[in-house]
Amino acid sequence: MMLLPMPFHSLLLFIVWLLLNNSVSPGHIVLASFFAITIPWLVTGMRDDHPKILRPWLAIRYVLMVMKDIITANVEVALLIIGPAKKLKPGFVAIPLDVTTDLGITILASTVSLTPGTVSAEVSKDKAWLFVHALHLENEAELIESVKQRYERPIKEIFGC
Amino acid sequence: MPFYLEIIISVSLLTGGVFLLVGSYGLVRLPDIYMRLHSPTKASTLGITGVLIASMFFQSHLKGFLSIQELLITLFLFITAPVAANMIAKTALHHSNKPAEKTQNQALMDTIRDRESPPSNSIK
Repeated sequence: MMLLPMPFHSLLLFIVWLLLNNSVSPGHIVLASFFAITIPWLVTGMRDDHPKILRPWLAIRYVLMVMKDIITANVEVALLIIGPAKKLKPGFVAIPLDVTTDLGITILASTVSLTPGTVSAEVSKDKAWLFVHALHLENEAELIESVKQRYERPIKEIFGC
Repeated sequence: MPFYLEIIISVSLLTGGVFLLVGSYGLVRLPDIYMRLHSPTKASTLGITGVLIASMFFQSHLKGFLSIQELLITLFLFITAPVAANMIAKTALHHSNKPAEKTQNQALMDTIRDRESPPSNSIK
């Protein structure tokens, strides 16, 4: 464990380096291994504690679900933009948060920005509320419920918090 | 280049282009900054993904090996787009930018700017 204090990050660095160079030649593999070992070793002292991913398979399913939602959200937003502007009913919504960790809130806020017709605008100081702006707000309670059920629950399960 | 590859590349380029166009059109058309934020965060992500998929197929054919470098751009875009949107929304709130008149829950804006909890009577 001393050699690889952050095994997941090491793997990520290794893959990203090879992708950046778009090559799997021996020289780049040596260089990627060098970075994958030294960079985590250098920065491990200054990182914050993050919750561990407890259920990796659920995490992968979550990523796939979000990708699917991004595509549908794109089409929806595109239709809203082309459609008559007078019909749009924008609005601000406060969503009560159940996830407590910074990482969980960040992931939820990013997902909310990328997926349905919403952009996250701010988190309250006590980290209990996520404020979002909706492009077309029909039913506030329904929006809150869908965000909580569809995105927040799996995040809570993945990180076990 | 085989015909089926040309079809795949043209279709992804066209889809990507259409979404990018709609995204930019949204920037011109939507009435206030909060609504305008929606078009670059969403319509453009899929648009750029379409263009990058086309590039992936084209480069893979050209170089003779699988080129998945473009996936990195998509990944970075998905990480940075929500953060940028969030910062722009925050800045707009701090500048007290006026939202479109029909915006619902405008009373919340001061609460959001001060990062307080919403007053209990506004919650259903």
